Amino acid sequence: MPEAPRSTPRNALGSLAVIAGVVAFSAAAFAYTAGWFSPDRLTPQKLVDGFTGPSGPPLGHRRNHAKGICFTGVFESNGAGAELSKAQVFVKGEYPVVGRFNLGTPDPNAEDAKVRVRGLGLMISTPDGQEWRMAMIDPPFFPVATPEAFHALQIASASKEPDAMAKFAGAHPEIAAFGGWAKSAPWTGSYAEERYNSLNSFIFTDGSGNDHAVRWSLAPAAQPVAVPPDELAKRGANFLETEITDRIKSGPLRWTMLVTVANPGDQTADPSKAWPEDRRNVEVGALVVHEIEAEADGPCRDINFDPTVLPNGIRTSDDPFPAARSSAYRISYDRRTAEEKDYPRTATGSAQ
Amino acid sequence: MTNFPRFTPLQRTLHWIMAVCILAMLFIGVGMASTVAPKYLTLVDIHKPLGILILVLALIRLAVRLRSGAPPLPANLPEPMKLAAHLSHYVLYALMIAMPLIGWAMLSAAEYPVVLWPGIWLPRIVPQSASLHTALWNAHFYLAFLFFAVILMHVAAALFHALVRRDGVFDAMAPTWTHDEAAPVERLPARP
Repeated sequence: MPEAPRSTPRNALGSLAVIAGVVAFSAAAFAYTAGWFSPDRLTPQKLVDGFTGPSGPPLGHRRNHAKGICFTGVFESNGAGAELSKAQVFVKGEYPVVGRFNLGTPDPNAEDAKVRVRGLGLMISTPDGQEWRMAMIDPPFFPVATPEAFHALQIASASKEPDAMAKFAGAHPEIAAFGGWAKSAPWTGSYAEERYNSLNSFIFTDGSGNDHAVRWSLAPAAQPVAVPPDELAKRGANFLETEITDRIKSGPLRWTMLVTVANPGDQTADPSKAWPEDRRNVEVGALVVHEIEAEADGPCRDINFDPTVLPNGIRTSDDPFPAARSSAYRISYDRRTAEEKDYPRTATGSAQ
Repeated sequence: MTNFPRFTPLQRTLHWIMAVCILAMLFIGVGMASTVAPKYLTLVDIHKPLGILILVLALIRLAVRLRSGAPPLPANLPEPMKLAAHLSHYVLYALMIAMPLIGWAMLSAAEYPVVLWPGIWLPRIVPQSASLHTALWNAHFYLAFLFFAVILMHVAAALFHALVRRDGVFDAMAPTWTHDEAAPVERLPARP
């Protein structure tokens, strides 16, 4: 090859244009991937913002299920779950848990008697270093079928147009079943009397590599006693927290964990539709709660009960909610931990 | 064309593998942060092990660079460009090593698992802390954009050397074999 010729000015201009084009295209592709050209994309930020009421977000608190109280205890595995999943949590034994009773509201100061949905977040740790996290609620099915419908529900609920909810119900008829549950299901006076349900479907993989589509529930050992909500309202704004703190003094609280196994052909993608009642239930163990602690200094405060944190042997199914929940919980966590000073810890030198 | 000194074949191989990994990593990062779709989980599941892979490759590459050095820049390269070249390489090395560590520490500070592979969980490298998580989150977020910007500058500079200056700087790292490295000479792409 002869001596490398420098570009002629004309060539140089063309080359500079090529370089500018490469850089501009790369930057545009990056911005596109980040969603900057897609204002309609449902982002986790939009889902989290959808919980913000007119008074602004609850600084320092979870953006939904903002009111809660921590607990610790154990998961007593009876070994029966090993038939369904190879996760260590189903080997007979006791595994430590951290959890949180909570209310389905973005208001950390909500009155307990006014919140229809109660929830339970749970993290079970096993000696192999893995964890199983979950966040369950007490309705037997979810209000809507897809994350997009959930966001539409957020928008309709916040709308000032009188027919917004009616329009939403027209487009998402599955909401009617939830409305029926909200109206007719009995209220109880205690977190300990609630049954908490995964609602989402997951896939358990057993030791032979076989997959099983499942949902699960925590069924209370305590007998539920129905109490009308206006009766509950007289017990004070925080009666659930007071009650559970008192109740634990007379002994541990228990729930049986029931894993429901889908029949072949049962849909797993839509948590707004319960499976038929006759599906096989496997009792895999019990949640035993030993201690209740206020959230501000409690061990659950800075835990994200992300339902996609799963041990080997459990994975997500085609249900789109766990991914959406994980992405939104992450945003909620990022925001509230950045606002730590707005939710001061109360105890000095707390173990936290 | 082969008179210019080049990076060693190992350095060039590491460079181009990492170029693909890092670009994929940055796109996965901004993509996963902006969607609630099921691919969110897939992207997160790639982002974590890919980050650790980049960390390992970057450490190997740093060691190789310290041992093998780098070809000198052309003597006639203007001083500001030399300075920019040197500085940007320090920044790129720093980011290749720091970003995975910051991500790993950020997950640790939030008590999230760092899952390399189903069943393979890395230990947490810092204690749970809301304020530390926030600081690391901000660092991871803003440094990602800085990283991408520096890469764009790096690409622009490389193309400037290749297309305008034609001074051998691009050839030093080009993904092609030189005569004495490649077995069949015919494999060499034609050069202008």
